[in-house]
Amino acid sequence: MASDGVNKGRRRFLTAATSVMAGIGAIFWLIPFIKAWNPSARTKAAGAPVEVDVGDLRPGEMMTVEWRGRPIWIVRRTPEMLEALPGLDSRLRDPDSEAEQQPGYAQNEWRSIEPDLFVTIGLCTHLGCVPTFVPNAGPTAFDPDWHGGFMCPCHLSKFDMAGRVYDGVPAPANLVVPSYRFLDERRILIGVDPEGVV
Amino acid sequence: MGRPANAFSRSMGNLGQWIDDRLGVSAIWAYVMTGYYAPKNFDFWYFFGSLALLVLVSQLITGIWLAMYFKPDADLAFASVEFIMRDVEWGWLIRYMHSTGASAFFVVVYLHMFRGLLYGSYQKPRELLWVIGMLVFVALMAEAFLGYVLPWGQMSYWGAQVIISLFGAIPWVGDDLALWIRGDYVLSDVTLNRFFALHVAAMPLALIGLIFLHLMALRKVGSNNPDGIEIKELTDAEGIPLDGIPFHPYYTVKDVFGVGVFLLVAAFIVFFAPDLGGQFLEDANFEPADPLNTPDHIKPVWYFTPFYAILRAIPLKAPGVMLMGLSLVMLFLVPWLDRHPVRSMRYRGWVSKLALAAFVVSFIGLGYVGGAAGSSTLTTVARVLTVVYFGYFLGLPFYYKCEKSHPVPERVTKHG
Repeated sequence: MASDGVNKGRRRFLTAATSVMAGIGAIFWLIPFIKAWNPSARTKAAGAPVEVDVGDLRPGEMMTVEWRGRPIWIVRRTPEMLEALPGLDSRLRDPDSEAEQQPGYAQNEWRSIEPDLFVTIGLCTHLGCVPTFVPNAGPTAFDPDWHGGFMCPCHLSKFDMAGRVYDGVPAPANLVVPSYRFLDERRILIGVDPEGVV
Repeated sequence: MGRPANAFSRSMGNLGQWIDDRLGVSAIWAYVMTGYYAPKNFDFWYFFGSLALLVLVSQLITGIWLAMYFKPDADLAFASVEFIMRDVEWGWLIRYMHSTGASAFFVVVYLHMFRGLLYGSYQKPRELLWVIGMLVFVALMAEAFLGYVLPWGQMSYWGAQVIISLFGAIPWVGDDLALWIRGDYVLSDVTLNRFFALHVAAMPLALIGLIFLHLMALRKVGSNNPDGIEIKELTDAEGIPLDGIPFHPYYTVKDVFGVGVFLLVAAFIVFFAPDLGGQFLEDANFEPADPLNTPDHIKPVWYFTPFYAILRAIPLKAPGVMLMGLSLVMLFLVPWLDRHPVRSMRYRGWVSKLALAAFVVSFIGLGYVGGAAGSSTLTTVARVLTVVYFGYFLGLPFYYKCEKSHPVPERVTKHG
């Protein structure tokens, strides 16, 4: 075919228009493939609240339950543990829990609803390992001036008895406090806020 | 038709000729093998490219066989691997070939990359060859990581937890990205299932495609050599490099010898030390995954430990992750960082040699530190080695200014 009389402008326009339409089409085509990686309806439904009986938990003890596949720690802190908390403020990265790592009703000195009962997600905020519970104060291999808390074996991040992160460790933030409410004296429900909280 | 006889039609007779007329295999064979003139002075360091191809083929075949018995299900995966090990005929061999092959892949690839640094094989016109090679390396790391998750042991689980959390360190989108990768709020069956799909289909396809491009680029620019001379500059009347010899039969024969030695070593490991004292298969991975308990000492497999040590050297999350990413980016940039007028380390001065030696020491040292349990002394060591690691790259534009290079010969030399 001779190239005489070819309308180059028209040809360029048609090529460009086709390419743009194909590009838009490709983006729409891509969406289901990206969305398919999101949590499925079944996965989302599996996050139902968990009810725990904490009545037999004695001071200084910790129990672990599973919620949404994550370890949830429940610690009954002794009065000594609670008294030690304010004295640590100068060594912590976020002593007043200003980062949103807890619901508003747990943004207090103890990071909990009742001062003694501490509820937290037992995953290090650095890279998600499960820290070790080291409740007793006294010199340890990782800290000569230890006041009790949690130590992550993966990269030696340290948290105090309220899950507040120490300064100078890899973990950037305090341990996460999940939403929970008291059902009565003995039982708590993990995964829902207390009644009246919006 | 007066067509010259070729190896393919000679060995296959009329049928071979018939096929060749319709497929053109002899032309392709000539292009990549008998007509590819490689420098005649290749040394020991030139074994590892072909060995990497051999390991790739072995991984593909053993991998396909493992996929026939493996169950990508969080409740069944661990037991299905044990089933392969105990009940499938020769299953233990196929599985150990695959797990040893993963480590062998990194051994040959690291040596292959070192060869590039040693002889300046990334310098113009081989920049893209090097960059594609680096993409192969990154794809290989992803493939190895995905594969290590599949047996769903303790180290599979917690290793994956840590690696996926690295994406969480990316500002703003990090947490959503990690959720999207996992497909669940925690690492779970959903994650395992998709990692299986990526490990057996997506990443192998990407690897094969990238390796094809790597070889295409190699054929275009030709191999470098230990003297760092461009052999295409001196050719005979027919345009054949004076210092070149056809890849086949000369280097196929040489590489077959390398394959023999490699297989001896690999077979020894597969048969007598498949876990290599916890280096190739870690002790904690012989325990099923437990989402509620992290093993006391979690560490990646040996080939990731240098990068992991850089991550650990920084006491802050986001900067640590960034620095680890940067340690890979540096390798990509080598062709543009290095301004040395002399290609090969043979004719560079002592500053370049010392810098490369320091880099090798830092890489091996970081590998050791990254695999050891953390302590404050080792963190200090890791920081020093991290500085040396980055120092090597940052010095690349300047080494030639501080040293006197030796004269580069016109023709390739013969040693020994």
